[in-house]
Amino acid sequence: METSTDKQGRLVLAPENFLPAHGRARRNALASLIGGAVGGAAALALGEARAAGYAADPKHLPPNVPPWSQDLGKPVAADPYGAPSPYERNIIRRISPGLTTTTQSSVAFTPLQNLFGIITPNGLHFERDHNGRPDINPYEHRLMIHGLVRQPKLYTMEDLLRFPSVSRIHFIECGANTAMEWGNPAVPTVQYTHGMLACSEWTGVPLSSLLDDVGFDAKQAKFILAEGADAAGLTRTIGIDFALDDVLVAYGQNGEMLRPEQGYPLRLLVPGVQGISNVKWLRRLKVGDAPWNTREESLQYSDLMPDGMSRQYTWIQEAKSVITSPSGGQHLLDKDGYYCITGLAWSGRGKVRRVDVSTDGGRNWRTATLQEPVLGKALTRFRLDWHWDGSPALLQSRCIDETGFVQPKMRQLREVRGTRSIYHNNAIQTWQVDAEGRVHNVQV
Amino acid sequence: MCRSERIRCAVFAALCGAGLAQAAGAPDYRLGRAATAQEIAGWDIDVRPDGAGLPPGSGSVADGEKVYEAHCSACHGTFGDSNEYIALAGGVGSLKTDAPVRTVGSKLNAATTLFDYINRAMPFPHSKSLTPGEVYAVTAYVLNLNDIVPADFVADRASLPAVKMPNRDGYEPFPGLSKVDGKPDTHNRACMHDCEKSVAVTGSLPPNFVAGMYGSLDDNFRGLATMNEQAPPAGALPATTAAGPAAPALIQKYGCVACHSADRKIVGPAFRDVAAKFKGHADAVATLTRAVRGGSTGVWGSVPMPPQAGPTDAELAGIIEWILAGAPDK
Repeated sequence: METSTDKQGRLVLAPENFLPAHGRARRNALASLIGGAVGGAAALALGEARAAGYAADPKHLPPNVPPWSQDLGKPVAADPYGAPSPYERNIIRRISPGLTTTTQSSVAFTPLQNLFGIITPNGLHFERDHNGRPDINPYEHRLMIHGLVRQPKLYTMEDLLRFPSVSRIHFIECGANTAMEWGNPAVPTVQYTHGMLACSEWTGVPLSSLLDDVGFDAKQAKFILAEGADAAGLTRTIGIDFALDDVLVAYGQNGEMLRPEQGYPLRLLVPGVQGISNVKWLRRLKVGDAPWNTREESLQYSDLMPDGMSRQYTWIQEAKSVITSPSGGQHLLDKDGYYCITGLAWSGRGKVRRVDVSTDGGRNWRTATLQEPVLGKALTRFRLDWHWDGSPALLQSRCIDETGFVQPKMRQLREVRGTRSIYHNNAIQTWQVDAEGRVHNVQV
Repeated sequence: MCRSERIRCAVFAALCGAGLAQAAGAPDYRLGRAATAQEIAGWDIDVRPDGAGLPPGSGSVADGEKVYEAHCSACHGTFGDSNEYIALAGGVGSLKTDAPVRTVGSKLNAATTLFDYINRAMPFPHSKSLTPGEVYAVTAYVLNLNDIVPADFVADRASLPAVKMPNRDGYEPFPGLSKVDGKPDTHNRACMHDCEKSVAVTGSLPPNFVAGMYGSLDDNFRGLATMNEQAPPAGALPATTAAGPAAPALIQKYGCVACHSADRKIVGPAFRDVAAKFKGHADAVATLTRAVRGGSTGVWGSVPMPPQAGPTDAELAGIIEWILAGAPDK
């Protein structure tokens, strides 16, 4: 490890592993923070930087005793559901400026730069709706399963909660995640480059159990149509091999019922497959013998190749990774200091086998440590110690999944798919650390 | 499920179950109930390229023009050429270029899919509200806008699957991404040392782009790293959200933003244009309240504003106050 533990490098913003402030030289930090600015301008720059954080009042610090150590606190259940600390109010989903015309057919991105571990808090799971988000009364929600089945059936939510359930941790990544980056860098932070990505523990009934319950025609059945109860009536074709493997009809998300933004009270969960197949507000499953060629798998969500042909039914999200810290928009304060490079890796084909990290734009690589658990079709957290010497750096991560597939470089992806396919951009991301420690989205 | 129905199911299963996929040994959960033919008919709206699922009925291009002008043109443009929302026409031949235009005419491969999508998801403010005849008609009209069918075309369950879309052969399977064991089309290697002869930054964000588009990114991040004992006192914690939902939340909740924005015309006028027009008018609140509640035609353009019953009186008063104040961001 090329680390020096006596100096702790600091980001102005959002390190994944926030470290205690021993050994820090505040004066140097201030000098870095304000750069070449002087006088009033320096004070202004400092104030602006402070706006993102909440600095300490010396009256509240040792040896003084702060008021919260003396005042009787709030009663239990003062906030019966509970919400993040008000000091966490910047940690929110965001809409990418200029991306969509309406806010109902739109997407809000997960703030990956601020998250720990592999589980996405329910309130921060990215939200992609096509005709707005419905609020559905679960007592009025029904799941219909019909088509090539012996007995078409209607299930209430109560029925579905009585079936034997399973819980599994899986990522969901929109097929269009990183879509803006096919031609050139277009957005500044990992929230916007990779934030149509989340990972949760999902609970529900295996779809195979429900298909058995209606007596599906195993000889004729080749595809399942999944349909949402939203105003979009969103529909996607699911291959029967996927449907019988690990697909869940899910109602649980990280221990509670699904959030409305995630399909309350019922959604499909198709592990490893592009987000849109995980149909929210699921109302209907139809067993059939041919794909449906719905709008969301023909005009949209098909991959346009340089020869003008469109690849259709491209379901799988291939191996991919991204460094979430340091990442775009952050600022490394301490030259000649320690930083933990950390990020997320995942593969729609199974487990992450290895993640390598480069700090010189891909010339040389070191293998990162994977945080357990490493689960199939789930996010995997990786970390690598880094001593930044203060010179410009190009940070990259590279995922290798259990099939041996190596995450491609941007130029390798463009060589075969051009720049207009929108979907399935799993290229290696580059973050440039400039001489001032500011981090930028670039391509090499 | 009533008891007699369960028995019927069991008998049916015993008689007809052979060869079907009832899992051997799976418990008889007796959960759910048989869906009736009538229930299925109400929800079974999907249409396949072979025409399976198309309902009875028909619609002409001429009838479709009326449907289109009433329900579609506001967003998609008179000739389906809107740049604001998804364009429906144009772009034929553009898919191989660097600026592909993805429309019904240039990219969609099946006219049945157009019917299916309109039938389930359009019109945007109130989907599944057109009759099958109206959907057939407007489908015919959009196909005609793209010069795919003649002006005397009548769409029905027989004619629609037979329409030859310009890009009908423009799709291909790709097992590399449709099968778990599919062969990838990229082939990076896990080289560890001296992997690149040279590394150059080939793409970056334009200067001032971030500041112009996003403003400061500082509040996109947790500020914890700046906390330490020497830090000077900073500004107080920003004020928490006020008790009731503010107008910006209400205009989201009630869908006003489908047609209006603060600072630009979409279908309806920009709120700030409304504020400018009514500046200093004593009856501005009453006039706007009437326009929202009762609907309005011809004031800001040809597209009528439908009556809006959604907001409570108090909420509407708050929204109008906010509009007249110039629709401030916060």
